Amino acid sequence: MKIIYFDNNATTRVADEVFEAMQPYFCELYGNPSSMHTFGGQVGIRIREARERVAALLGCHPSEVIFTSCGTESDSTAIFGTLAAVPHRRKVITTRVEHPAVLTVCRDLENRGYQVIELGVDKQGRLDLNELERHLDDDTAIVTIMSANNETGTIFPIETIARMVTDRGITFHTDAVQVVGKIPLNLSDSCVSLLSLSGHKLHGPKGVGVLYVRKGTRIAPLLLGGHQEGGRRAGTENVPGIIGLGKACELAARYMEDENTRVRALRDKLESAILASCPDSRINGDPENRLPNTTNISFEYIEGEAILLMLDRFGICASSGSACTSGSLEPSHVLRAMGVPFTAAHGSIRFSLSRYNTEEEVDFTIDKMPQIIERLRELSPFVGQVTA
Amino acid sequence: MWEYTDKVRDHFFNPRNVGEIENPDGVGEVGSLACGDALKLTFKLGKDGRIADAKFKTFGCASAIASSSVLTELIKGKTLDEALNVTNKDIADYLGGLPEQKMHCSVMGREALEAAIANYRGGGTAKRQLEGHVVCTCFGVTDVEIERVIRENDLTTVEQVTNYCKAGGGCGGCRGEIEKIIERIQGEKAKVPAPPVPRKGRKLTNIQKMQLIQQTINEQIRPALRAHGGNIELIDIEGDKVTVAFRGMCAQCHLAEFTMKDVVENKLREFVSDDIYVEEDKDSVEEGHVHKG
Repeated sequence: MKIIYFDNNATTRVADEVFEAMQPYFCELYGNPSSMHTFGGQVGIRIREARERVAALLGCHPSEVIFTSCGTESDSTAIFGTLAAVPHRRKVITTRVEHPAVLTVCRDLENRGYQVIELGVDKQGRLDLNELERHLDDDTAIVTIMSANNETGTIFPIETIARMVTDRGITFHTDAVQVVGKIPLNLSDSCVSLLSLSGHKLHGPKGVGVLYVRKGTRIAPLLLGGHQEGGRRAGTENVPGIIGLGKACELAARYMEDENTRVRALRDKLESAILASCPDSRINGDPENRLPNTTNISFEYIEGEAILLMLDRFGICASSGSACTSGSLEPSHVLRAMGVPFTAAHGSIRFSLSRYNTEEEVDFTIDKMPQIIERLRELSPFVGQVTA
Repeated sequence: MWEYTDKVRDHFFNPRNVGEIENPDGVGEVGSLACGDALKLTFKLGKDGRIADAKFKTFGCASAIASSSVLTELIKGKTLDEALNVTNKDIADYLGGLPEQKMHCSVMGREALEAAIANYRGGGTAKRQLEGHVVCTCFGVTDVEIERVIRENDLTTVEQVTNYCKAGGGCGGCRGEIEKIIERIQGEKAKVPAPPVPRKGRKLTNIQKMQLIQQTINEQIRPALRAHGGNIELIDIEGDKVTVAFRGMCAQCHLAEFTMKDVVENKLREFVSDDIYVEEDKDSVEEGHVHKG
């Protein structure tokens, strides 16, 4: 069965060019870039090139790029590293819709005596910047707010927020794993202090990420040991991963236009066709400011896991914010923070596309979706009932 | 990805006996949209007093739908007394097993059956009458229900109870009570995970008291508030007076009257000292978010 992969916010296919670029670094060019001999040293040169490619995509200086093992490590480094650098400040500001890589860290900090502010969002998942402004004070060590939400695709006005925060002398971090490669960035012309990205979200390999650290930002390392990454992240480099990420960034710049035109058009077609053909369905998120590849649709009266399994039978891969797929008994914290009613949160499905998706795949899914929804609604005791 | 047996997949993709019987002899409804799964069972008796037909409608995941389908298959042809002997374990076994976290789906099937039979015998409402007192307020689970899943499935931990009937899976505030029920039923067999619960009982220095208050708030109180989108902040401790502020949804939640001050005070008295009293910080009251419910 042909796989139709619409789960690109979870992870992406490694681009062929990326895989090719990585291959020599396993069995041929396996030297340690820190070694003194030419055999190892030549690898160091390739890492430098990869760093330049990442910097080119981010619009920053290569010295501002630190390679890490994943997005989660980048997030943890940003938060813990900043707190260690400004120990007298005891307040952290974040949002209620962050990825667990940030939210779990913040909640743990709360148990260690930090004051943590979680900003709420409105029904479309938007922040109230006045609320943020009110919370900023001299005790605030860091503000960490994602660039775009992984579940709904809602984009936050990061540049405005970054200016607001850094004007007060506070470090601003953004988890941008869903944004890099989808929206053009120019960090040299920005106020963002720290930014996380992850290789496997932009057709690079898993196991490699980046923390961008703006020149002059005070931050302590998370991992201590060797002098790699200028002493800011110890540990022997994941050479194939870094080479792959460099290539992936180069490709991302090349396909950025495609992502914002063709992929966006495919997403729009998928979304509007489903909304038209399936009654009692609605979009979750901010339709004005949204990632070009993401749509999150709620289907009332039916449950997300059941929809996913039906899609799975056609080879269609998506994800859901339902309780049954969250690993707990509660539906998605993002949808709940947005005040999406339980009736809709349990039946939410996220389709996230990439440049590898085709119009045929979208048409196939559009064709299958109504029958899946209709079939599950036939089973549901709530259809036709007036529900609160 | 859940690992479902072929039998579960079969009953999900090809559910048997879907629908509602017109003029049924018994109707049983359990669960709700908020809980994430719900089942409506209807049956009709034959002249011989056996279940001649049974149909279901289910909102829920694949295992909920498969469990409902199997339930209808299992009870057809049975007398009501025979049908009442069907346990959640029978449903799960018929399906070749369910993932541990999905066992509550099989329990829901058995509950709907009981409700439907009670409905027939009592001629009363279709809604399930709650027996006993509610232990888990998040999912509306009673002590009778919890005791039953413990006995029928030989459960020994709170996590298992949550997997089987959802109790304790929301705010977690009832986990202590569930633990006590397990201990009462299973006695020696109850695995006591012995979390390092703060214990009072000795004279505390001021610093010890402050640490114990902080620890109790972190471990016993905050997780429950979090589950409802709220939070608590410790503002100050002066002698036995503890000043706190409530944040997020809690600040204006309609549950506020009974959760807030009293719950915090009770917990602190239980774990720290009987003399503790709690006050809400006046200055921070108006900072709450709008209720997003």
